[in-house]
Amino acid sequence: MSFAQETVVLQGHIIDSLILAKVLDTILMMGGTFDLKEMHIGATRDEPSRARILVRAPSVPLLAEIIQAIQPHGASVERESDCEYQPAPSDGVLPDGFYSTTHLATQVRVESEWIDVAGIEMDVAISIDPIRNSARAVPMGEVRKGELIVTGREGIRVIPLERPRERDVFGFMESLVSAERPHHPVIADVAKRMVAMREAGQHNRTGAKVLLAGGPAIIHAGGREALTWLIDSGFIHVLFCGNALAAHDLEAALYGTSLGYGLTAGRTVPHGHEHHLRTINRIRAIGGIQQAVETGMIKSGIMAACVERGVHVVMAGTIRDDGPLPGVITDSVAAQRAMRAAIPGVGLALLVASTLHAVATGNLLPATVPTVCVDVNPAVPTKLADRGSFQAVGLVMDAASFLKELARELGWSR
Amino acid sequence: MSRLLVCPPDYFGIDYEINPWMHRSNGVSKTIAMRQWQSLMQVLEAEIGAGLERMQPVPGLPDLVFTANAGAIVGNRAVVSRFRYPERQREEAHFERWFKDHGYDILPLDRSLYFEGAGDLLGFSEEWFGGYRQRTDIRVFPRISEWFQREIIPLELVDPRFYHLDTCFCPLSGGELLYFPSAFDQYGQRVIAERIAPERRLVVPEVEALKFACNAVCLGKHVVLPSACAETMRLLESRGYLSHPLPLDEFMKSGGSAKCLTLALD
Repeated sequence: MSFAQETVVLQGHIIDSLILAKVLDTILMMGGTFDLKEMHIGATRDEPSRARILVRAPSVPLLAEIIQAIQPHGASVERESDCEYQPAPSDGVLPDGFYSTTHLATQVRVESEWIDVAGIEMDVAISIDPIRNSARAVPMGEVRKGELIVTGREGIRVIPLERPRERDVFGFMESLVSAERPHHPVIADVAKRMVAMREAGQHNRTGAKVLLAGGPAIIHAGGREALTWLIDSGFIHVLFCGNALAAHDLEAALYGTSLGYGLTAGRTVPHGHEHHLRTINRIRAIGGIQQAVETGMIKSGIMAACVERGVHVVMAGTIRDDGPLPGVITDSVAAQRAMRAAIPGVGLALLVASTLHAVATGNLLPATVPTVCVDVNPAVPTKLADRGSFQAVGLVMDAASFLKELARELGWSR
Repeated sequence: MSRLLVCPPDYFGIDYEINPWMHRSNGVSKTIAMRQWQSLMQVLEAEIGAGLERMQPVPGLPDLVFTANAGAIVGNRAVVSRFRYPERQREEAHFERWFKDHGYDILPLDRSLYFEGAGDLLGFSEEWFGGYRQRTDIRVFPRISEWFQREIIPLELVDPRFYHLDTCFCPLSGGELLYFPSAFDQYGQRVIAERIAPERRLVVPEVEALKFACNAVCLGKHVVLPSACAETMRLLESRGYLSHPLPLDEFMKSGGSAKCLTLALD
């Protein structure tokens, strides 16, 4: 977390005396920002007023300087207490009253010190290590007996999102979902970010990875080439998908069909329905997607581009999967764990044409990661927002159109 | 008849340095100090007709003479000062005893909140101003405001030479204010300008402010102030006040003048 904060209280005749104005001016002049959390204005001349001010600064030392500067004007730091915690009663079980997280940056107070919770995501617990003075987000299933879990509400603070400096579609942080929303400006802003992130990645800066979580509709709808180009051009660094996206992509590479439909001709080909299973079988026979690409069996497409560009792929399976392909994680908890492990460093997420993967990925992402959810069905971005991923920008459009327009914006010439 | 609390300067001297005016090398003549103090009493008592309550001076407490810093009073309720510097903290018990012995109800203040009495709390009947930052802690004002049921507008003192509000700010009985604006920051100056109409603001020139022209005692139409403040006297007289200039320079060596030497009791 790149900033520090503290709540101060100011009371007395602070309005007419311009003391409040002076305190707020001082905060801003010193490079901090503030949120007036509560303001009670005295009803009569005798009655004092009271303000609760959340002071933020880009660093802990600057915050201390600001607090020191405003204290003589009566600003006193609100009394705070340490967070409470209890040991987990057994593996995979949280103590009663455990604190359930949001996906916003969070700090807990341990031994009078505010510490950042590492790896924040929504709907998990916070495990602390008072000796190392560290805290991390821990999913229920991963908790070990005796691990110290934060309980109650004291000594926990959730830091609201600051408006990003970029004045683009993500600056509004509103998951407005509308089929009428013009697509182009959103796609142009996403493209601009992707260019900047590829550049940042080349300089090894953190948070420069772009994650795409996608469903098989990408292939049927005709988005395969555009997505392949995006991966080949170094714009996508992490791919979350299921058995189907990979299987359809490989089928297209081997047979030119997707679930038996000729991708170019658009009609079923003789015995085309077998292509899907034959593809999976051939990949199983050779040992996996990587081997298929390396031996030249698979020469094109999304998965080939991923292997060639070293994209971190997590394939999570479901109960309707055929095969599945080697590498598909069929244990949902293990899949979640693998997805979680791929999140650090992600600075932009594109959730395209998959309800399941969009919601699952949304759950794992901190609110600080700009997210776009693309689906022809408006219910998907809505569902994502309803589940708390309020930072996601919803685009109601076809997956292929989105990927093609995005790729063209980035220089694809088809 | 106005009553004032005073304390004879039997043990007055510069025994320590806690403001920019005090220099231990700058010795005080006890004889001159006594003479100046007595003439102040003479003017207050005989010429103006004020009643004087004399406190018993205490050896080793040279600043007990500055009774303006004893506390703040409304009716029979008092807030006893809590001095910032340990050198003056020993005066607190004597002031407290005096208030108790004279039947005042005392508001207990948190030990950590500094408050230097009428030196930092002045005003008109309903509207008070509190000087803070140099000596008094701003956080004391909401408590005192509640206790006395008076609005207190805090004013930051930004010039260490004017370390108490009463060194640069003097409300007069007719609603005018004698003051030295540069002792306050822009916020304070704006607040004063918003509260007091321009024709009621009497701005003391710096040369006279440095002689503590604002450390004046106003009783009705009488104003007792240090001598050699001609412009201030002209301002006062233009508003119908009677000036009583007095040499009080022995006390200036300690950073105090007429007002610091008195505490209005009613």
